[in-house]
Amino acid sequence: MREVDRRSKHSRRVFLKGAATAVPVVAVATSVTVSIEDAWAEDASTLSPATMKTLLKVARDIYPHDVLGDSYYITAIKPWDGKAAKDPAVKSLISDGITRLDQNARDRHKVAYAEVPWEADRVVLLKEIEQSDFFQKVRGDLVVSLYNQKEVWPRFGYEGSSAEHGGYINRGFADIDWLPKA
Amino acid sequence: MAKFDLNDSSVVVIVGSGAGGGTLGNELAQKGVKVVILEAGPRIENQDFINDEWESFSQLAWTDARTTSGTWRVAKDFSGLPAWIVKAVGGSTVHWAGASLRFDEHEFRVKSAYGNIPGANLLDWPVTLAEMEPWYAKAENKMGVTRTNGIPGLPGNNNFKVLEAGAKKLGYKTVHTGNMAINSQPRDGRGSCQQIGFCFQGCKSGAKWSTLYTEIPKGEATGNLEVRPSSMAVKIEHDASGKVTGIVYADESGAMQRQKARIVAVAGNSIESPRLLLNSASTMFPDGLGNSSGQVGRNYMRHMTGSVYAVFEKSVHMYRGTTMAGIIRDEAANNPKRGFVGGYEMETLSIGLPFMAAFLNPGAWGRPFTSALDGYPRMAGMWLVGEDMPQETNRITLDPTVKDKFGQPVASVHFDDHPNDLAMRAHAYKQGAAVYDAVGATVTYPTPPYPSTHNLGTNRMSEKPRDGVVNKFGQSHDVKNLFVSDGSQFTSGAACNPTLTIVALAIRQADYIAGAMQKKEI
Repeated sequence: MREVDRRSKHSRRVFLKGAATAVPVVAVATSVTVSIEDAWAEDASTLSPATMKTLLKVARDIYPHDVLGDSYYITAIKPWDGKAAKDPAVKSLISDGITRLDQNARDRHKVAYAEVPWEADRVVLLKEIEQSDFFQKVRGDLVVSLYNQKEVWPRFGYEGSSAEHGGYINRGFADIDWLPKA
Repeated sequence: MAKFDLNDSSVVVIVGSGAGGGTLGNELAQKGVKVVILEAGPRIENQDFINDEWESFSQLAWTDARTTSGTWRVAKDFSGLPAWIVKAVGGSTVHWAGASLRFDEHEFRVKSAYGNIPGANLLDWPVTLAEMEPWYAKAENKMGVTRTNGIPGLPGNNNFKVLEAGAKKLGYKTVHTGNMAINSQPRDGRGSCQQIGFCFQGCKSGAKWSTLYTEIPKGEATGNLEVRPSSMAVKIEHDASGKVTGIVYADESGAMQRQKARIVAVAGNSIESPRLLLNSASTMFPDGLGNSSGQVGRNYMRHMTGSVYAVFEKSVHMYRGTTMAGIIRDEAANNPKRGFVGGYEMETLSIGLPFMAAFLNPGAWGRPFTSALDGYPRMAGMWLVGEDMPQETNRITLDPTVKDKFGQPVASVHFDDHPNDLAMRAHAYKQGAAVYDAVGATVTYPTPPYPSTHNLGTNRMSEKPRDGVVNKFGQSHDVKNLFVSDGSQFTSGAACNPTLTIVALAIRQADYIAGAMQKKEI
């Protein structure tokens, strides 16, 4: 059978975009790793970097795929900042939602949501707000913004558009080789 | 190409260009009848189709406002999207899968065959399989259906091979790559299937039959057919005698136009067709045009549906190749011993990763959900489609508050599953899982119904005017020169996919209309 190459073609370039423009990557990579990793969140104009980082954690906890690095989740949630800039209602939806989540986390675990160490404990916190507008909107957006990334597809063995490759007629539409003989 | 004057009252105006409207338009044009098709959506040719589920959805889907109610899960998960159908020239023949099956004999006489089922508004069709057979034959020939007219079946893809192996282990007998209106060899000026996948996103190669690039250009070539895209029908008008005189529609620019007509045929799918009749109410027809029976909009059927996806140890890549070229027919018969009347088909189905995420278990999240998606490349899938019970209370009404951009009330879709539908779905989920378990599935996922693709029954045929909206030729019981030409004529839904029957009825209706015109009856 023709298997799909699942290696990531989605390099760290996208992930580092914010920082890389100002500072040579090699130079920073050794000294201030943390600031590179957070650069994407500092890019946010309307939502606070802390809010963006918590949103990233929330996104990972809603749809946890251990084979996917943060970059895909960042791509998925980053547009919230732009939407918040355009619409104050969106800004408060996200900011207030994260504030409430952090408060619940502090009440329960003495730390903010993103600092709660075990996913299972964070999921309990999410369950509590599952019916909230905040959770519903974030999840409803994420199910498209995460899984509709073309860079994500090969990680799930999905090949996307095929017509330009002549379809699958010569590319394994019937190459299954492990079935018991009928 | 023909261009008819708005004041030309000799034309037949057809609303909709899909399986019903597109076929009727071409058939009439071939007989020398002048036809104007009003299509609400734009004309998008097949080279412009997109192999990307969400992008294609934006390009093709009918996303105008609709409201929903009832206990069906679609009303909760997709409250503004009761149906997944197409708004473009070609209608839903652009995104249909191609499955082309004939009704069984008993499916035209369900009242007699099933008896009294509480809560079901069953009625025998005013037409029999024997009467329909020659029209089915014409439809199969027109559409190039595999395993008819000496056309070989399509080759089975990976998803089919899993289905077939499981079905044989279970002892199912009628298992093959389907009766598909998809070319397995070049035919009718169109090439053979390239196993692209993305059948639901419009067939870029044109191997799959669609009125967009078969019926419509053929009709246009006669000089008797004019298709007006982006033209939304708003109201059908009539004279003091109760005869239809024309139709008001919004043209491409949004300006209102009035096209005069000798005959109007409505083929806008089972949500828009009754909506148009209801929105055409007048002093003479206070409950909606052609609605003396009160049945316009009622008996909305959407088929008992559901899917089963199964994950295996090794790869399947179900998305490669034809989406629905695979069927098990053994459960299609009426066998009440299973705990329900009517039957169902099991058909291969695959959706891409983006739609799998949206439809596998809408609203779900966390590890159980992502674990299922992690299995995507090792997944096989089938669609379950069976006869659902017509119920008077499942219906299309005009929403009391929401209006479209032309000020017309939008359609409100109410649906509750009948106990028979639920019993059938439970059985189908069990059998579907058993097929995959037989060949080593490690987990199976019973997947809830998607927004409806098979919308049926809201202007049903009946022998007696009091029981339905149209007669056996789709002609209104109340208004002689008003016809219904889509799946909303269906008296009952049968187990199988409806398109072949819609096309067969349209060919037959064209014959009837042309004859009646010649005899000056209408």
